[in-house]
Amino acid sequence: MEYYLGILQNIGFHSLLGFSAYLLLLTGQLSLAQVGFFAIGAYTSGILTVIFGLHIYPALLTGALLSGLFAFLVGFPALRIKGLMLVVATIAFSEIVRLFFFNLRWQVGEIGFEVGPDGAQGFREIRYFAANGWEQYETVILIWSIVFLVMISLWWLDRVKAGAVLRAVGNDELAAQSSGINLTAVKVAAMTGGGFIAGIGGGLYAHSTTYVDHNSFTILLATFAVAYPILGGLRNVFGTLFAVIFIQGFLIEGLRFLGDYRNLLFGALIVIVMNIKPKGLVDGSFVGLIKKYVPALKGKRDELT
Amino acid sequence: MSLLEVNKLTKNFGGVIAVNDLSFEVHSQEILGLIGPNGSGKSTTINLICGIFSSTSGNISLLGKELGPLSPNKRVEFGISRTFQNIRLFNDLTVWQNLWIAWQDETSIKKNWLSTWFGKSNDQRDKIVELLRFSGLDSRENDLAGNLSFGEQRRLELARALAAKPKLVLFDEPAAGMNSHEIKDLKKRILSLKKSGITVLLVEHVMDLVMNVVDRIVVLNFGKKIAQGTPQEIQENLDVQKAYFGSK
Repeated sequence: MEYYLGILQNIGFHSLLGFSAYLLLLTGQLSLAQVGFFAIGAYTSGILTVIFGLHIYPALLTGALLSGLFAFLVGFPALRIKGLMLVVATIAFSEIVRLFFFNLRWQVGEIGFEVGPDGAQGFREIRYFAANGWEQYETVILIWSIVFLVMISLWWLDRVKAGAVLRAVGNDELAAQSSGINLTAVKVAAMTGGGFIAGIGGGLYAHSTTYVDHNSFTILLATFAVAYPILGGLRNVFGTLFAVIFIQGFLIEGLRFLGDYRNLLFGALIVIVMNIKPKGLVDGSFVGLIKKYVPALKGKRDELT
Repeated sequence: MSLLEVNKLTKNFGGVIAVNDLSFEVHSQEILGLIGPNGSGKSTTINLICGIFSSTSGNISLLGKELGPLSPNKRVEFGISRTFQNIRLFNDLTVWQNLWIAWQDETSIKKNWLSTWFGKSNDQRDKIVELLRFSGLDSRENDLAGNLSFGEQRRLELARALAAKPKLVLFDEPAAGMNSHEIKDLKKRILSLKKSGITVLLVEHVMDLVMNVVDRIVVLNFGKKIAQGTPQEIQENLDVQKAYFGSK
C-alpha cells in the first residue's frame, strides 16, 4: 500500500512540474528553469517548517511565492531570447540555483542534532508531516487536492480570454503584438505563474520525501518537466497529466523489471510519439474518441476544435 | 487634414539604407497607395509605422502626436492596425477567438485588467459576430483559423485588423496570391472601409487593384520617394516608368 501511495505522490509532484512547463509552452517558451523554481520552493518551504517551525500551508505558499518572484525576475531577460537560446539560458538558471543549494549551509540546533540545509550533505529531516501525525494517505490527499486545483485553474484559463491570449503569443508573437497584445506582460505573467506552480510542487516534494539535496534538482528533471506537456500535447491540460501517469506510473514503475533498459524505452517512446502524433497524445482525434464513448461530453463545444 | 505624417524617416540595416529620408502624409479617410519595385522599402515603411522596427532617424506622427518609441501593441490602441504580406493568423485558435483577442472596445468603455484577461467570451459576442458577417466568415466561427482556405484566411486577417477599431489600416500586399474574382471582392471591401471612415495605406503590386481604389499614390525606389500624385499622374510619370521598366 505504501508503495502505491508513494507512486501517487510522485505522480503528483511531476504533474505540478509538468503543468508549470505547460503554461510556458502555451506562450511558446521552452524553459528548463522549472526545476530551479521547484528547488527554490522545496528549500524555502523546508527551511520555513524546519528552522522557523512554520505551519505547512504558509510554508508552501511562501515557497511558491518566492519561486514566483524569481520566475518574474527571470521572465524579463528571457523576453529577449527565444528557442535554443532560451533553453540554454534557463539551464544556466537552474544550475545556478542547484549550485547555490549545493553550497548552502544553514544549520540550527544543538551539536549532534542540527537541522537545516547542510551543503553537499543535503537537507535532511524535513519531517513536518511525521512530526504532526499526518498519515501518508493524508499527504496524498493534500498533494492531489493541489494538483486538481492547479489543473482546474489551467482548464478554466482556456475558457477565458487569457488562455486565448497565451496561445496567440505561442502561435505568432509578431501577429499577437500587432493585434494589441502586450508581449512583455503575457510572457512574464506565464513565467511567474509557471514558477509559482513549480514552487508549490517543490514544497510538497521536500516534505513528502523528508530529504532533498542538490542532486534532486538536476537538468534531467527539467527535461522531464517539458517532456510531459510535449508528449501529452498542448491541446488541454489533461494531456500533461496523462503523460505523467504514462511515464511515471507505467514506464518507470510498471516496467521496473526491465531494469535500466527502460530508460532506452523512454527515449524511443518520445521519438515514436513525435512521429505518430506530432501534436501530442491528447490531440484532436483522441478528444474525438473520448467524446464518442462518453455520452455526457457528446456535442459539447470544445473551444479548440 | 492629415491623419498620419511621416517626416524624414530613415532606416538603416547595417550598411543598407532601406528607407531614405522619406516624407509623406496620409489624409484622413483617403486610400493611399504605396508602390515601388521589389526591395524599394515598402514593407520596411509599414513595419516602421506600426512599430515593429524602430527608425534610425526621422519621426512618424498620428493626428499630430508623435509616436516615438511606442511599442506595436500601444500603437494598435492609438488606432494603427495592419495585415501581413504572408498571412499571420493564430492557427491554433478558432476564427472567433482570433477576433476576440484583437477586439478593442470603444475608448468610452472603461477597461480594467480583470476583464481584459479573464473576461468571458460572451461579453462582446454580438459585435464580433457582426464583424464575422461583414467578412463572410459567420459560418466558420468555430473552425480553427489554420483550417480555413486561403481566401478566407485573408478575410479573417482583415477582420482581425478591424477588430482593433483602427483609424488607419496598413495593408501589406493583401492581393498576393488572389485570383481575379477574389481581388474584385477585396476591392469592394477596401472601398467600404473608406466609406465607414477608416483610412487605408495600401502596399500592393497588383496594379489593377491599386489604380482602381486609391485616391493618391506614393512611389518608392531604393527607399526614396520618387513621385506622388493621383493614379493618372503616376501612370504618366516618366521617373516611375523608368523605375519599373528601366530606361530605353
